[in-house]
Amino acid sequence: MKFARDTWLIFQRQIQLLLRNPVWVFVGVFQPVMYLLLFAPLLKPALNAPTQAAAYKIFVPGLLVLLAIFGGLFQGFGLIAELRAGVIERSRVTPISRLALLLGRSLRDVVSLVVQAVIITLLALLFDLRVFIGDLLLAYLMLALIALMTSAVSYGVALKVKSEDALAPLMNTVAQPVLLLSGILLPLTFAPGWLQGIADWNPFSWAVDGTRALFAGDLGSDKVWQGLSITAVLAALGVFWAARQFARSVR
Amino acid sequence: MRGVNLEVAEGEIFGFLGPNGAGKTTTLRMLATLIEPDGGEATIAGADLRKDPAEVRRRIGYVPQGGSTWDESTAREELVLHARMYGIGKADAQRRAARALDAFQLTEYADRKCKTYSGGQRRRVEIALGIIHEPKIVFLDEPTTGLDPQSRAHMWDEIRRLRSDGMTVFITTHYLDEADALCDRIAIMDNGEVVAEGTPAELKREISGDVVLVGLDLAATPQAAKALDGELYVNKLETVDEGGLRLYVDEGATAIPQVLRRLDHAGLELRSIELHRPSLDDVFLTKTGRSLRES
Repeated sequence: MKFARDTWLIFQRQIQLLLRNPVWVFVGVFQPVMYLLLFAPLLKPALNAPTQAAAYKIFVPGLLVLLAIFGGLFQGFGLIAELRAGVIERSRVTPISRLALLLGRSLRDVVSLVVQAVIITLLALLFDLRVFIGDLLLAYLMLALIALMTSAVSYGVALKVKSEDALAPLMNTVAQPVLLLSGILLPLTFAPGWLQGIADWNPFSWAVDGTRALFAGDLGSDKVWQGLSITAVLAALGVFWAARQFARSVR
Repeated sequence: MRGVNLEVAEGEIFGFLGPNGAGKTTTLRMLATLIEPDGGEATIAGADLRKDPAEVRRRIGYVPQGGSTWDESTAREELVLHARMYGIGKADAQRRAARALDAFQLTEYADRKCKTYSGGQRRRVEIALGIIHEPKIVFLDEPTTGLDPQSRAHMWDEIRRLRSDGMTVFITTHYLDEADALCDRIAIMDNGEVVAEGTPAELKREISGDVVLVGLDLAATPQAAKALDGELYVNKLETVDEGGLRLYVDEGATAIPQVLRRLDHAGLELRSIELHRPSLDDVFLTKTGRSLRES
């Protein structure tokens, strides 16, 4: 009860601050829209897709997972600014739940990601993308879990390194192979065997496959529950680890 | 942190005085549950620091040195949020925020963003945050560092007001005058250790007598030292490296004319003469062998 209240308290505050600065909406949507407009048209011939809509069914879920990964991983920067302002220290001398300090922030990230995802999905509808609403909601759940995990991990790392200079290269180094090995931009169908072998170890590759299956309307596919389970477990681990950093961290 | 052994009485302003890096902030952060001590014990406002840090958090307020407000929030929002982090209900939190804004003369700026405040205003918001839940004891880490003299005087008044509200105030400072003027009792810290503790007056009394500083040319210094060394009223005599003497005497006011007469008699010309009443700096000097101002 106290935990839920504390989490809500932090979440409210973070959302309030987020809405005060609506630039994020523009920034958060501009890039994916560019991908949608400038990159996706190349896909139909490249993927040998029968129609533009079919190409979008492959590309849009990948793009959304990409957003969830990157959106989350770079949230740590905001936390470092809060650390520097003393806001975290001030929170830590109160009896507020340490998990709530983390979760209130991560939930804001999840909500803002889902809002972005909705905007992009709506835009993709203009390009003849059609998805069944139930499948779409499950896909959003997958995205939410990914964002929860990446943002929690990013906060945990931020508390450990405490500096933007260290966080930026670290996150980029992690994100790049994760991105390439997840088949986000191009499906790994054409990848040589060894590359697929490595990609099988990349949880995000499972998440992307699951999300694509959902966009394809293939709810019964094993990929759906596999993707959801893997991301759920990883999100739980990420939150657990990061919450420990909140409880412990000095300064 | 090595030997820190302290007792702070209820309702007093207790000061931690020491140079930067003496361990004041570290000690404070430990007492405020932010760093886990690896040994020792402390009871804060009746709660055991190691066994029950959660209870300690409820009973204390802590105002960090580097600030604790967010640029894009308003003072009112910060106060309400902070009160609510202590589990206080929304309506009560709003009432408390309004009262605190009033008490710290911030009502006028209450709904402006923190980034628009002056240093003194912002520091007042931060102190208000530290006491919004009416703690028994509040820790203020260098509350006046970086403030202009006027805001500083204002802050002293605020801190005294907390005491008259019945709160125990624990501050750190590296300003001698602040420790002297503001604190009921102080502990002087150096290298993670408490080297002296007591009321400012007690500590100064330990340094018995006054110091007379005689300014002389380097060449004249040894002669002058010889002339004054045997004088009965001089308890101790030290030469100053750049030329001159430091005389430890019981009563500076009566010693000065005698010093003047003696040096005149010896045909020595002196450049200046100064009387020093013992300050906390002298206490620091005797305890650590160096001056607080230099360190």
